[in-house]
Amino acid sequence: MINTQKLTIQEASKLIAEKKISAVEITQSFLERAKKLNAKLNSFITICSDEALKQAKKIDELISDNQRLSPLAGIPIAVKDLFSTKGIKTTAGSKVLENYVPAYSATVVKKLLDENVICIGKTNLDAWGHGSSGENSDFGPTKNPYDLERVPGGSSSGSGAAVAAGQCLAATGTDTGSSVRLPAAFCNLVGLKPTYGLVSRSGVIAMASSLDSIGHLTKTVYDNALVLNTTAGKDFFDSTTQEKKVGDYTKNINRGVKNLKIGLPKEYFGNLDKDIKEKTLAAVKVLEKLGAKIEEVSLPHTKYGVATYYIIQPSEVSSNLARYDGIRFGFGRENFGEEAKRRIILGTYTLSAGYYDAYYLKAMKVRRLIKEDFEKAHKKVDVIICPTSPTLPFKIGEKSDDPLKMYLSDIFVVNQNLAGVPSLNVPCGFIDNLSKSSGVGLPVGMQIVGPHFSEELLYQVGYAYEQETKFYERRPEL
Amino acid sequence: MPKAKIDIEHVAKLAVLKLSAEQQRKLEKQLTEILSYIGQLEEVNTKNIEPIGQITGLENVTRDDQSAPSLSQETALKNAPRFYNGYFEVDAVFTENSPE
Repeated sequence: MINTQKLTIQEASKLIAEKKISAVEITQSFLERAKKLNAKLNSFITICSDEALKQAKKIDELISDNQRLSPLAGIPIAVKDLFSTKGIKTTAGSKVLENYVPAYSATVVKKLLDENVICIGKTNLDAWGHGSSGENSDFGPTKNPYDLERVPGGSSSGSGAAVAAGQCLAATGTDTGSSVRLPAAFCNLVGLKPTYGLVSRSGVIAMASSLDSIGHLTKTVYDNALVLNTTAGKDFFDSTTQEKKVGDYTKNINRGVKNLKIGLPKEYFGNLDKDIKEKTLAAVKVLEKLGAKIEEVSLPHTKYGVATYYIIQPSEVSSNLARYDGIRFGFGRENFGEEAKRRIILGTYTLSAGYYDAYYLKAMKVRRLIKEDFEKAHKKVDVIICPTSPTLPFKIGEKSDDPLKMYLSDIFVVNQNLAGVPSLNVPCGFIDNLSKSSGVGLPVGMQIVGPHFSEELLYQVGYAYEQETKFYERRPEL
Repeated sequence: MPKAKIDIEHVAKLAVLKLSAEQQRKLEKQLTEILSYIGQLEEVNTKNIEPIGQITGLENVTRDDQSAPSLSQETALKNAPRFYNGYFEVDAVFTENSPE
């Protein structure tokens, strides 16, 4: 029997195509592991064995009929519980939607299922996507597979833990201001926050509509590109989407970085854990050795990012969460958790009469300056590299009583959402001798940031670096 | 920026949230801290800066108004805690004794 735990999508896809493993076999193997490890990690809210096995049987029939299938056919993935799944409970991590079963699927889910992907379950998250650690879930915190006493990063906490622990081969995530990249950095994964409008938001429970980006987490850069091939593209149901999709994001992935200009924004390297700084700069050296040109750039409004974000995001949250009234579906507003209430109150205040100009409008002006920072920098360099998190994965409970401290975990990741630009988190090493449970240390991630719709270029840079380092091979022992 | 002081009770009413006295006290302290942090935006000169519109520059996205099949009444009501004759059921907002 093949050990599926350490497989990548690329490898699994080959095994399925060569009929060395059936879709049912691979699905059973991941379902078993998902169930077994869930008691330890709390990465899933729902595991849907029956639906997954039914889909797997269908795919095996197509294979035995020698149908030409997508490279994602038969690949077991998990879906963040913020994505509507027809007939499968969708909670948003909140007690408000504890009993909610959607009548339709999110566009991204539908596209993935149409490509014959197998959805094995719905992953845990900070309720409504509100959080940087996973601790704000109404269904209990998720643990980091690399150290069970630490957080996996949020809000796509269960998605990060599930892929890292080998409970699935990829997982969807949403990124409004950290939520794919932070869990990717904390769990040694590749995580994409695509350009705003590259991937449809339709059917994904809305957090802050001008910032929400629909991404995913995988072990490798190649796998990540494969998933984007399916999820990207214009959608009738989301009028912010554009047909800017590249035909095949894997096609030019090994083009290398020779003569590519990489910028290091000086504002991101000041207030930073010294080990993370060292790892990030070492990664840049690897790219320099491969032929990239490195230069310093400046994004002068960086330090205003979190303040700007914590006006725009709660304002839009308060508006989006206004629809939960317990009349058409779900339970009443008294079921909102503490963090959701905090954001609703803050956002209602910043939008209320007499305060709108001072807060929301002011923030939307600063947002323009932040966007222009990126545009100016990208006139000088092709991509920007910076750290994803200012600290290593922190201990569960360490920041949960201090919301402002928790919000500042996002200091390096909110500006990309404000500017709408894409960012790819790529693992760039481990800090040893800290972690007891996994035996391989705590992971560090870096971001590769490009201009709007430059995902193909981000994958090229990430892939070149990954081929030299292969940190994805270091999986936690569980 | 206005002096950072939220009238939590008033805002909670606008947001249709019921908060205990304890929750109100805690939120007031936390939100005052957050607003004071947000206050640093005052340093940024935004004179003559236009607020951002759609972030990737889209304008006036329209489509034809065409009818298409949608969810059946039965499906749409499936998650409703109360319904009557194919409609969502809610408590009366106005009653005979409501002041005009």
